Amino acid sequence: MKASEVPQDDSILEGRRRACYAEDAQGRYVVVASRGWEVERIVNEHARDALREELEAVRLQVVAGKASVLAYHMTACQMDYRLLAANTGLARFRVRRHLRPRTFARLPPRVLERYGRALGLPVEALLRLPGTDR
Amino acid sequence: MSAPRSFPHRHSGHCETGTLGALLRDRGLDLPEPLWFGMGSGLFFLHTGLLRVGGLPVTAYRVAPLAIVRNATRRLGIRMRYERFRDDGAAARRLEELLSQGLAVGLQACVYWLPYFPSTMRFQFNGHNLVAFARDDAGYWLSDTVFEEVVHCPPEALARARFARGAFAPRGLLYYPESIPADPDIGGAIRAGIRSTCRQMLDIPLLPLGVRGIRALGRDIGRWPARLGTDRARAQVAQIVRMQEEIGTGGAGFRFLFAAFLAQAATHLAVPGLQDLSREATAIGDEWRQFALVGAHICKGARTDAGAYGELAALLTGLAAREERLFRELRAAT
Repeated sequence: MKASEVPQDDSILEGRRRACYAEDAQGRYVVVASRGWEVERIVNEHARDALREELEAVRLQVVAGKASVLAYHMTACQMDYRLLAANTGLARFRVRRHLRPRTFARLPPRVLERYGRALGLPVEALLRLPGTDR
Repeated sequence: MSAPRSFPHRHSGHCETGTLGALLRDRGLDLPEPLWFGMGSGLFFLHTGLLRVGGLPVTAYRVAPLAIVRNATRRLGIRMRYERFRDDGAAARRLEELLSQGLAVGLQACVYWLPYFPSTMRFQFNGHNLVAFARDDAGYWLSDTVFEEVVHCPPEALARARFARGAFAPRGLLYYPESIPADPDIGGAIRAGIRSTCRQMLDIPLLPLGVRGIRALGRDIGRWPARLGTDRARAQVAQIVRMQEEIGTGGAGFRFLFAAFLAQAATHLAVPGLQDLSREATAIGDEWRQFALVGAHICKGARTDAGAYGELAALLTGLAAREERLFRELRAAT
């Protein structure tokens, strides 16, 4: 790639630039700062759309009373129950149980705090579903 | 707000080579990023459904995290120290102790928890590398080499990023050079790096890795829409292209960085033909960019014809042949 051909499409870098390697007019390799490439915007959005759809599906399950609000916050942090278990130090089967509304509602504060720490949320926020009064 | 000490930050294509280069530059050994990449034999290819991230097969255009640091420093005779910790308190105390001695320290961290990343790029990925070089009351000063300028980070965020769990969990890892030889054998390290790169691209038995991995993916990818359905096939293509272009590879899945390495190697080794091989690596990189372009058209839904996946397959088959020839010639030349 020639330095003059390095894409400068505003893509996913939010005003930042990334370093690309390209050849200058003399054929020497130089670092060219790039505002981004349309291609990376497309594939990045593809991945983030999938995460958004998954989160919306979980949100509806929480609203319907089929999953606990913990399931929502876990998904919002791009975690599954395995990763959440690793981050809290709780057993996987316990985390899975806590994704059920009735089990979650009975959790003592110290377990809630562990989830809060792992998800970067204060406990009050952990108990709330964003965009609702619950 | 300005940092309490200056640091020789340099905008880099890739986090691990950028971090390694910055740590050594701060200690007086200033080498360009492509040399670190090549001396660390960073180039690779792997695509396997046996490992999955978010349900998608893992694709990698480089070797495992930290392998570049370990290999490049070993080949130059630099002694590195690596420290991991049981809890974030001990990790933070040790980091502050080293910073207060004026040392700069390499850290491994999870991208998701680093607040200075663009929101679009905050994914759960534990293999990110950066330099911490100073502390003030509000937090840490970091040289994250994939960004243009140094950044400032609150301590809670950095602690969280250093202790994220899951695949490649950093466990608070910090690393720094303990001793650097006065006159490191750069030519020898380049030669060893090239030989090792050729081995991992050509010689790994049985498993489809390196060049054979590219070829195997080329055989497979044309069947994805029929076997997996459109949505799934698109998601897998998107994932490959992201690993190639989005995560900081210097472009074309490290192929341009490798081409730059070969060009710079030519100034250290009396090996004829390295410049030509560098140009060929550039042409290969351009073809990988073409692969990314077609892949993006498929993801966007701009290409729904059956020919699009066939085009990806043909590009990969051609790339496998070209890379195989490149590494055979490189091996013969050095």
